[in-house]
Amino acid sequence: MTVRQLLLPYISALLLAALGPCLSRADSVSGDSTIVMAKDFMFAPTSLTVAAGSTVTWTNNDDEPHTVVSDSGLFRSAALDTNESFSFRFAKSGTYHYACSIHPRMAGTIIVR
Amino acid sequence: MSQERPRTTRRGALKCLAFGGAGTVFALAGGVFTPIDLAVAASDRTGATALGKPLFVQISDTHIGFSKEANPDVVATLNRSIDVVNALPEQPALLIHTGDITHLSKPAEFDLAQQLFSRLRTTEMHTTPGEHDTTDPTVSEYFNRFGKASGNKGYYSFDHAGVHFLALINVLQFKPGGLGTLGTEQLAWLAGDLKGRSSSTPIVVFAHMPLWSIYEPWGWGTGDAPQLMEQLRRFGSVTVLNGHIHQIVQKVEGNVTFHTARSTAYPQPVPGEGAGPGPLKVPTDQLPGMLGVTRVSVVKHPHSLRLDDTTIG
Repeated sequence: MTVRQLLLPYISALLLAALGPCLSRADSVSGDSTIVMAKDFMFAPTSLTVAAGSTVTWTNNDDEPHTVVSDSGLFRSAALDTNESFSFRFAKSGTYHYACSIHPRMAGTIIVR
Repeated sequence: MSQERPRTTRRGALKCLAFGGAGTVFALAGGVFTPIDLAVAASDRTGATALGKPLFVQISDTHIGFSKEANPDVVATLNRSIDVVNALPEQPALLIHTGDITHLSKPAEFDLAQQLFSRLRTTEMHTTPGEHDTTDPTVSEYFNRFGKASGNKGYYSFDHAGVHFLALINVLQFKPGGLGTLGTEQLAWLAGDLKGRSSSTPIVVFAHMPLWSIYEPWGWGTGDAPQLMEQLRRFGSVTVLNGHIHQIVQKVEGNVTFHTARSTAYPQPVPGEGAGPGPLKVPTDQLPGMLGVTRVSVVKHPHSLRLDDTTIG
């Protein structure tokens, strides 16, 4: 085994760690509970893919309140003050668009597979 | 400050505005703003009163429930604003609140706000909600308390002292990525309301979000406001008042004067500065100079209105 082969897993891990923040904008997660942050007037990740039956939790990390309101009317949070959260369980597959009703440019998507 | 009232030049008054401390008077005569140093007007109270009959006071963005670093005591700053209003030499008949009464639409916040407002000497209060007032799941906390005047629609009109007032709502139909919206139903109602009204009737329009585009990336505007302005074009004197952006911005377009008011709670950054339109933290001693109320007077009844902005500093 060459030195390069020996180092490859480590290099890959380093690359993944470096790219992590970029990849997180369109995360794919199959866990039961996933968190979307509201920070600096953005949802992060803006697009999130979860398995049907997953619960998504939004947490507000801004000094300004935010809401999580589904375009279709499926879910609607109250105003979340700093560090407050809202959760919703996505039972069926589909694409769900939502936005903050206080700052409508803050928009995101949950893709349920 | 000199006791005599010098002719303040536009340049001089704007320079005074730049200091931002005492505030500036904006006289509107024949659709044109003439800024006058407020300290000059205030130094001669009888003279200031003689400049116009007080029509109403505008108060905005009280954000009861807010307690962050930008202002940990919004109750105290609202109380100081109420003191400013109560101390006016001549009480206006009306007070208009242009929204964001509360920070989080919570019942306790609305209750506290109403309790604080009850200290106002002004007896008649008109309101329009801000987007912070309508975040409760059923959008009912605001309307249960303030919805009666509009039959829970959020928009209505009334007349006072020969002026026709339009209370509009533009915070209920947000489109993702978009601006505030009046909506076709409200615009149709407006057309009916204005139909047959003499073009010489002075109009005062108020809503929470600006009815002109100030900064679209932050949603500081109303998408279908041009349809509203089209309906108001024929009127000789139109004054458009908003809150929402927690700072004074104004412009004059033909016979229409646009003015956004300060908050009584906390300032916000100038458009585009920082991540978004959140609370702006300023040194404690500078805060009172950035909070305040707007007084609107009839100067030459009924054709011109004058706007005075007063800080609580």
